Amino acid sequence: MSHLHEETPGTRRLCMGNEAIVRGALEAGVAVAAGYPGTPSSEIIETLSAVAEPMGLYVEWSVNEKVALEVASSASFAGLRALAVMKQPGLNVASDYLLHLSASGTRGGMVLVSADDPGALSSVNEGETRPYAKLMEVPLLEPGDFQEAREMTAWAFELSETLCNVVLVRTVTRLSHASGTVVMGELRKAEKTARFTHDGFIIDPMEGVVMSPPVEWKHGQQQEKLEKARVLFETSPFNTYEGPEAPELLIITSSVCALYSREAVSLLNAEERVGILKLGTTWPLPETLVKKHLATAKKVLMVEEVLPFLEGEIKILAAESADEIGVKTFYGKKEGTLPSTGEMNPDRVVAALSTILDIPYEGLDATYAQRATEVSFMGSPNREATFCPGCPHRASFWAINTALSMDNRNGFVCGDIGCYSMAVLPAGFSTLKTLHAMGSGTGVASGFGKLSPFGMDQPVVSVCGDSTFFHSVLPPLANAIHHRANLTLVVLDNSGTAMTGFQPHPGLGVDAMGSPADSIDIPAVCKALGATVKVGDPFEVTTTREILFDLMDQEGVGVLVLKQACALSPEKKHARAWDMAVDESACLGESCGCNRLCTRVFACPGLVWDKEKGKARIDEVVCTGCGVCADICPVGAIRKNVAETV
Amino acid sequence: MEGTGLPHDPYNLIVAGVGGQGNVMTSRTIGSMLASQGFFVTIGETFGASQRGGSVMSHLRISGRCSWSPQIPLGQAHMVVSMEPSEAIRVLKDFGNRGVKVITNTRPFLPVGVISGQLSYPSDEEIRGWVREMAEAAWFLNATEEAVKIGAPVLGNVIMAGALAGSGELPLPRALFEGAARKRFDGEVLAQNLTAFDVGVAAVAG
Repeated sequence: MSHLHEETPGTRRLCMGNEAIVRGALEAGVAVAAGYPGTPSSEIIETLSAVAEPMGLYVEWSVNEKVALEVASSASFAGLRALAVMKQPGLNVASDYLLHLSASGTRGGMVLVSADDPGALSSVNEGETRPYAKLMEVPLLEPGDFQEAREMTAWAFELSETLCNVVLVRTVTRLSHASGTVVMGELRKAEKTARFTHDGFIIDPMEGVVMSPPVEWKHGQQQEKLEKARVLFETSPFNTYEGPEAPELLIITSSVCALYSREAVSLLNAEERVGILKLGTTWPLPETLVKKHLATAKKVLMVEEVLPFLEGEIKILAAESADEIGVKTFYGKKEGTLPSTGEMNPDRVVAALSTILDIPYEGLDATYAQRATEVSFMGSPNREATFCPGCPHRASFWAINTALSMDNRNGFVCGDIGCYSMAVLPAGFSTLKTLHAMGSGTGVASGFGKLSPFGMDQPVVSVCGDSTFFHSVLPPLANAIHHRANLTLVVLDNSGTAMTGFQPHPGLGVDAMGSPADSIDIPAVCKALGATVKVGDPFEVTTTREILFDLMDQEGVGVLVLKQACALSPEKKHARAWDMAVDESACLGESCGCNRLCTRVFACPGLVWDKEKGKARIDEVVCTGCGVCADICPVGAIRKNVAETV
Repeated sequence: MEGTGLPHDPYNLIVAGVGGQGNVMTSRTIGSMLASQGFFVTIGETFGASQRGGSVMSHLRISGRCSWSPQIPLGQAHMVVSMEPSEAIRVLKDFGNRGVKVITNTRPFLPVGVISGQLSYPSDEEIRGWVREMAEAAWFLNATEEAVKIGAPVLGNVIMAGALAGSGELPLPRALFEGAARKRFDGEVLAQNLTAFDVGVAAVAG
């Protein structure tokens, strides 16, 4: 399959939503793109960095989302088209700057793509982008399918230049990570000349100083831009209606919920009774258009993810125009027709329609479903998420967990965001006791570390990954050191942003485009800040535990950097340090007092419990030869020999 | 539906397996072959850390009319292609119906709970019995073993795609697969891919 930037206009191609967004940006002549990895947004910057050279772009993985937005916006100030990309929690990080950016205004087309994860399919929250559009007073576009993802992204740059302000594009997992048919448009070469003009009349938007003051005047300008956007939205082709002229029920929806709504209407054969108003421009609302459609129906159902955002705004509009459009009966999340948690799907919409329109529906035959559930109970044993065989995190958490339990003061670990978040589960021996935003583990630990005057005597440990360290652990670490908090930070350094696909970060010597970059040494940074710093190998479990005992016993902040590359990293794959074997004569099996510590608790997929023999066994196909399990067995029955083939 | 050559429109296909088995590649290969013939294809999938070693599923909607939702409604699958036998059964619980067809690899990928001795995994015979009971038609093939014979376990995905082609449910002509494979591979890898496709076709058509 050819690369995205090689497809000629008019070509039909199966595109992931994220690829469609990339194509749209390339068709708009984007010159600079910056982001921070986060599911489901990561493929946008990844795909752009792959075409950076032939298309003449600058693409970077920034240290965090706020910096990404800052970096992208400078290109806009210098007259280039620029894109910032993040998952929704990253928008929270970037929001401080966004508040000021939306007030200062932009020059070259400036688009911010934010990806929500309704249902938290790969997140620890289901936070929303849409309320930010209202809060920050910027226009919001929501693609409803793959084709629109391409077209809207391209148009967002135009709109941004028309308004001289940042435009927000919101996508969701089921669009970003789904694929559909897209017809390609014309590519546009990126502008080559960057120049920041700053010496014109101070408040001139194109030649003056770029800033949010004078606040009230700028705020007024910003609201005028928003009103201009509303007028454009009234006739936007991204707002579509399908259905009868005067439907019995009007659905108002956006994003992939439009596809679920269409599916539900089709499943119930209700095309003659239901109309679907799909809004692509959801902030500010195209009020005239919405009112026109509200006037045609008595009953209105709002279908959206996750919170009732459109629902609230449409109800306000309906209240304001009740004289004009009449009184409506509203269905949505507020009165419980649809849930206001989790993701939407066709069945949820069918259930709502089936109640409102009184059409019976049974998608899953009840007798079949009952038997299928029985069969599934017997035939498909649960697959709990676990760390990969040879994952350094399993070894790190084994050392931390056993150190805390041997220490015997009821110590605990504050968790952070990455693959290692799975240590809230048995996969990581349920070691993590708090889990919030990126960097919060160390911030929370910094607070716990100051509670000794209130009688708290438990050891406090926090963990973070190497990418997270740069993203948002530096400020809480400085805070903890400055305030002499008692805590031990363990940096689980696996040489890349592993969870989202090994994107580089400032600790590595390469950037998003594969060019050489200056790497920043984590232990040296921590030392310079004033922490006691140790470096270890997580595969050396006993040594790691000894270091942890030392650090937990001392006052102030201790940092242990555990370095070992991710088992899936390109340099690690197929490389094996040890050949592992269980000495069957030494393994005491069920009669050992360990209660199958190796397979039941440590539970690496490379270590199997052989039921027939009643002994542990190495699965040589799965085992990566990390050697850690040799340190787990209390009787030393798991043997490691230097691997013959490396 | 007349004119499109599809037995249903939209045709709902689920490609199931375990994270890391190559699910995404299989669904892309099938989806691209159909999209290149002018069908509207939507593929819904989930991936990320939570799926490592866990159950994964791609939903393919194939239509001559328009783009459909990336999620198949409950109980509405027409075909399940599974890289792992117990995953075929898991999918039927939510998306199966009396008319569903199943093509599954018979090689188990044991969950960590089974490896650690806390859960048990059903026998090959039990799985075949349950799949036959819950599906209108079922094909079983040891794609992993066949793939290893051809040269690499990952070719199991191509065998499964070939098996789907062999079932005759969807228009997946060999020439189209060959054309796509030639763009990506050459030499021995190309030959292996073509052999794998043919092995899949033969396993089901026979």
